[in-house]
Amino acid sequence: MRRSATLQTSDTSTHNTSTDSTATYNSATSTGVDVTPTPDVLDTRNVIELFRIVKTYAMGENTVHALRSLSVSIMRGDFVAIMGASGSGKSTLMNIIGCLDVPSSGRYFLDGVEIASLDDDQLAMARNRKIGFIFQSFNLIPRTSAIANVMLPLAYAGVSRSERRARALHALDAVGLRDRIDHLPSELSGGQQQRVAVARAIATNPALLLADEPTGNLDSASTHEVLDIFTKLNNEGRTVVMITHENDVAARAKRVIRLVDGRIISDVRQTPAIVTHAAEGIAAMSGAQ
Amino acid sequence: MNFETLSIATKGVLTNRMRSALTMLGILIGVASVVVLVAVGNGSSIAVANQFKALGTNSISVAPRGGRGGGPGGGGGGGGSSATPITLGAGDVKALQNKQYASVIKSVIPLVDGNNVTAAWQGTSTQPSRVVGATAEYEEAGAYSVKSGRFFNDNEVTNRLPVVVIGQTTATNLFGTSQAVGQIIQMNHVNFTVVGLLKDKGSNGFQDLDDVALAPWTAIRDRITGGPGYDDLAVEATSSKTTDAAQSVVTNVLAQRNGRNPNNTNTLGFRVRNATSLIQSSTSTSHTLTVLLGAVAAISLLVGGIGIMNIMLVTVTERTREIGIRKALGARKRVVMSQFLAEAVMLGALGGVTGVLTGLVGSHFRIVGVRPVVSYPSVVLALAVSVAVSLFFGIYPANRAASMRPIDALRHE
Repeated sequence: MRRSATLQTSDTSTHNTSTDSTATYNSATSTGVDVTPTPDVLDTRNVIELFRIVKTYAMGENTVHALRSLSVSIMRGDFVAIMGASGSGKSTLMNIIGCLDVPSSGRYFLDGVEIASLDDDQLAMARNRKIGFIFQSFNLIPRTSAIANVMLPLAYAGVSRSERRARALHALDAVGLRDRIDHLPSELSGGQQQRVAVARAIATNPALLLADEPTGNLDSASTHEVLDIFTKLNNEGRTVVMITHENDVAARAKRVIRLVDGRIISDVRQTPAIVTHAAEGIAAMSGAQ
Repeated sequence: MNFETLSIATKGVLTNRMRSALTMLGILIGVASVVVLVAVGNGSSIAVANQFKALGTNSISVAPRGGRGGGPGGGGGGGGSSATPITLGAGDVKALQNKQYASVIKSVIPLVDGNNVTAAWQGTSTQPSRVVGATAEYEEAGAYSVKSGRFFNDNEVTNRLPVVVIGQTTATNLFGTSQAVGQIIQMNHVNFTVVGLLKDKGSNGFQDLDDVALAPWTAIRDRITGGPGYDDLAVEATSSKTTDAAQSVVTNVLAQRNGRNPNNTNTLGFRVRNATSLIQSSTSTSHTLTVLLGAVAAISLLVGGIGIMNIMLVTVTERTREIGIRKALGARKRVVMSQFLAEAVMLGALGGVTGVLTGLVGSHFRIVGVRPVVSYPSVVLALAVSVAVSLFFGIYPANRAASMRPIDALRHE
């Protein structure tokens, strides 16, 4: 009874607050790490809370069930790989997590904010503030320099021009491309382009890095480069969610979730979610290699 | 955000230079033709006004209502008017030249119009647009001056001698490069001696003022037109201040002589007009012309606007993926919208500015005999309309871009 009452209030407050609100759904009762999340009791340690997410598409006269009541939560600082064959629903899941699409039913909390009720502009703001996207095909804006690409999400966030440049330089520095800031995407190798994309993703300092097959278009050397950057960013405390179908790429993650037909069939933790010592992080890195 | 929007739009325009240039060309042509055509209309009405002003604001024209050409049927225009046109005769001229009116009336010149008179010389023939019979005083009253030879004199008028003074166009049509003065030409098969060549007057946009032949009215009436009376009287007041007084003297005297009521214009049988009213009626004609020319040009601006819409739709489709990326990175609807609107307006404004420049250059040339006079309100209006048109036609493509769903846009290709 008490729980449903909390659900009611949290529901109302979500509808009444703007996206900027970082309203959290902290329960009075402390919950254990392994307790299944429910929308009325949100663990503030979780950056993603998906609860009974269903996504169906109308394909002509047929209805496609892309996600069938999927529930999962992802902790802050975790590095999660989502695996599955094509058609397993992993892209749909990625779109929903990335606020590019809304579920047919179910509830989704991103960094404490319920996403389902947001309109287009609020979704745009949520993507801008909370998510850094990394795509398989890099998706840099053509004929636009690396630094201008990295500055773009900062411009949409309303950051001042001078600060934009400083933060973009910092982000490009973090991916080791400080000396290529004025290059156009067409003048960069695939690996370098993807590193620019990573810099763009981290520039706004989002709660979550969301990578969709980030190494799908890269050779093995570049793949390692980009994955090393992911590991480094994760060690600095960033949450990384990565969709992949390659086992050796997934092996770099701390947790591997497998999807089949819109359901989770396995959820394996390979490394503790939060690495307390830098030494352990380095050990994990070299171990994976 | 303004600076970003502008720089992205500039990049968009510069990416497809050829395409942008062609799109701008549509607006350029529209704006340039508005500027030039309005300037031509404007120049024409100024030319007409100047032509009447050259005659002096103290000149008054008297014509039987309906005129000789229109005959009694001309009364039909009066609407219920039962007046028969009066006949202007030598008695009327004498009466107006009476000394008691000398304080207001300076001169009275009888005019005879030769309609459709053919002039010929050694197998070449032409039909001057005006053939007028007048007195020697008409040189000054009609603001004519002679380039070579001389004007006809009182003696030739009195003795009904067949002499003629012609304008440059008529001279060129008849003689080409040969000497005109001293030649004998046939006007409706009657020999006339060319005694003088008039200075150029140019065109007023409706009529070539140099396609003219002037002769003693006595000679024109005897040898060409025949018939009773004059077609017009050119009355000159002593000064512009006495024009109104002169006009009422003319009206009263002629009404009295013909037994008409001077206060009822319907039954008067003649019309008295001064230069000011002639200027007004002719400028209103050329004003209508200006508006028509401007409207035709404005349609081409509209077509240019549709060109912008067309190319912006192509651009939006081409850049669907980019729109998807921008939306994924957090661009709001309004941001995407303003980016594409800015690009459309930039095309329109650039086309507008280059169009104005082209129009201003084009207005330096004489067009159909008229020296165009640029009307600056029309320049500002054309610029404003080109921006407004591009804004209007940019809204649909920009909205289409802004309304795309990010996942669909990202999947595009």
